Amino acid sequence: MNALFCSKPAHIVVAVLFLLAFLFFPWVANNYLLRIGTTMLMYSALALSWNFIGGFAGYPSFATAAFFGLGAYVGGILQNKGIPAPLAWLLAGLLVTIFAVVIGRIILHLKGHYFAIASLVIGDVLREIINGMTSLTGGGMGLNLAAQKMGVTEQAQFFYFSMLTVAGLALVTTVLLDRSRLGFGLRCIEQNEDAAVRIGINTDRFKTAAFMLSSTFVGMAGAVYVSWTGYIDPGEAFEVLISVKPIVMTLLGGAGTILGPVYGAFLFLLLEETVWRNFLNIHSGILGLLVVLLILFLPRGILNTNLWSVVEAHARVLRTYFRLLPRFQGINLWAWVVRIIRNIRHQS
Amino acid sequence: MSAILELRDVSRNFGGLRALDGISMSFGIGEVIGIIGPNGAGKTTLVNVITAVTPASSGDILFNGNPIQGLTPDRIAQIGIARTSQIVQPFPRLTVLDNVAAGALFAAGVNTIADARSSAMEQLEFTGLARVAHKLAATLSLADRKRLELAKSLAMKPKLLMLDEVNAGLNASEIDAALDLIRAIAASGVTILLIEHLMKVVLNACSRIAVLHQGRLIADGIPEAIVGDAKVIEAYLGRKFAARQRKVMETS
Repeated sequence: MNALFCSKPAHIVVAVLFLLAFLFFPWVANNYLLRIGTTMLMYSALALSWNFIGGFAGYPSFATAAFFGLGAYVGGILQNKGIPAPLAWLLAGLLVTIFAVVIGRIILHLKGHYFAIASLVIGDVLREIINGMTSLTGGGMGLNLAAQKMGVTEQAQFFYFSMLTVAGLALVTTVLLDRSRLGFGLRCIEQNEDAAVRIGINTDRFKTAAFMLSSTFVGMAGAVYVSWTGYIDPGEAFEVLISVKPIVMTLLGGAGTILGPVYGAFLFLLLEETVWRNFLNIHSGILGLLVVLLILFLPRGILNTNLWSVVEAHARVLRTYFRLLPRFQGINLWAWVVRIIRNIRHQS
Repeated sequence: MSAILELRDVSRNFGGLRALDGISMSFGIGEVIGIIGPNGAGKTTLVNVITAVTPASSGDILFNGNPIQGLTPDRIAQIGIARTSQIVQPFPRLTVLDNVAAGALFAAGVNTIADARSSAMEQLEFTGLARVAHKLAATLSLADRKRLELAKSLAMKPKLLMLDEVNAGLNASEIDAALDLIRAIAASGVTILLIEHLMKVVLNACSRIAVLHQGRLIADGIPEAIVGDAKVIEAYLGRKFAARQRKVMETS
C-alpha cells in the first residue's frame, strides 16, 4: 500500500499534470470557476487532513467540522481585533492544533464507533459554547468581518492562492509523513493496534500526533474561509457535512494514499457541481446515488484499486448485456434509464 | 549464571479467580525454559503479566536487575522483551519485509526505515522467509506466518523471547524446522521461554521445564525430573492415575 501512486511512472505524470493545473488555473478561469477551484482546494485540505487520522491511523474521526469551525472563529475574531489576515490564519491553525492535542489525549483510547461518536460530539459542544458567548462571537447572529480592500478579481485570486497554500502544506506534510517513522507506525496501528503495541510503538503518542496533524490545516482552512466569505455563524461553521464530505472524498480517492484525498475532492466536487446544475430539485438524491455507485464499484478508492481489473470485470457483464440486447427489445433497460433521466431533467 | 528475569511472588487476579498465585522463579541468560501445564493453568497469563498487557496484581518483576512493573507494554518491548502470540498478529497489508522492519524500527532503536529494512532482511534470511520478503503478510501460509511472528520478534533484538504456542497448528516436519530455529536463537544468547502443549517439543528443546497448575508453580527442574514428578503426573492425568503410577514405580 506504501506510496501506491509513486510506483508507476504514468501515475507520477498524471499527478504532476494534475497539480500543475491547479497552479496555472487562475490565469485561465473566470471568477465562477475560481470560486469552485477555491472550494475544491479547501476540501482537498480537509480531505488530506482527515487522511492523517482516518487513512493512516484508521481512526474514523468526525471532528473535522469542530476544527474547521473553531479555526474560522479564532481567525475571524483575531482579524476583527486588527491582526493581519495571514497571521490570524497561522494563529488559528496553532490554537486548533493545541485544542486537538488536548481532545485527542481524552478520546483516542476509544476505538471504532465509540471514537467516531466522541469525535462527532466535539463540534456540537463547540457550537453551543460559541452560541453562548455572544459578546465575543456574535452568538447566533454570526460574526461579520470588515470587507477586504481589494477588487473582485484580485480577491478571488488572493483566496484561491491562499487555499492553494494551505492544501499544498497538507500535501507536503502527507508526503513527508508517508516516508517517516511516524507514518510507518500509524500504518501499523491501522492494521493491528495490539501488534503495534507489542513491537514497541507508543500508540497513544502516535495517535495523538495523527489527530494533531489532522487538525492544523483544517483550522487554517476555516480561518481562510471566514476571511474569504466575510461572515460565519455557528450553524455553518460546525455543519456536520464539513466532517462527512472529506471522509467520502478520501474513501473515493483511496484512504491512506498520498494523492487520493485530492483526487477524491476533485471528483466529488465535480460531481456535486454537475449534478447541482442539471438536477436542481433532486440534486442531493442523485449525488447520493452516484456516491453509492462509486463506493460499490471502487470500495477501496481510486488509488487503491487496479482500475483496469474493475473495467474488465464489469465489461464481461456489459458485453453479455449488449449481445443479448436485440432479443429483449421489448424491455430495453438502457433506453428506459435514458428516458427516466430525460424526464427528470425536463422537470427540474 | 546471572538472571535476566526474576519473578518474586507474582500474582494476578481476574475478579475472584487467582490466575497466577505467588509465582517465584528466575531465568538465566541463554536458557531455554519450557512452561507447560493443562489448559487454564496460567501460562499465557504469565506471559501477559511479564509484558504488562495484564499487569501483575502483586509481586515484583525484575529484568536485568531492574524492576519493570508500571512500564507500558511498548516500553517493555523496547527494553528487550519480545513475544509471539498464540494467534498470529501480522500487519496484513504490509509486506513481510516491512512487518519485520517495524520490529527493528520501533523496538530495536534503529532510526531510519532503510536501516530497519536491511536489518529485517537479515532476520528473514535467518528464518527462511527471504523468498517471500515482498509478498503481503496476509498471503502467507500458517507456517510462514508463525515464522513471520518469530522474525518480527527477533528484529526487536530481544534479550528475552517468549514463544506462546509457536508450534500449534504445524505439522511434524514444520515443527522440526521450528525447533532448529529455536535452538539457533538460543545459541545466540537470547533467553527463551517456550510455552507449549506439545511434550515432544518441550522435552526436545528445553534445558529446564516449569510446570504450572491452577496458577501455581508445581514443579521446576530438568526435563528428566519433571517427567517423573508425581505432582505433574497428577495435574496432567488425574489423582487415580498418579497413585497407580506410584505403585508401579515402587514395585519395579
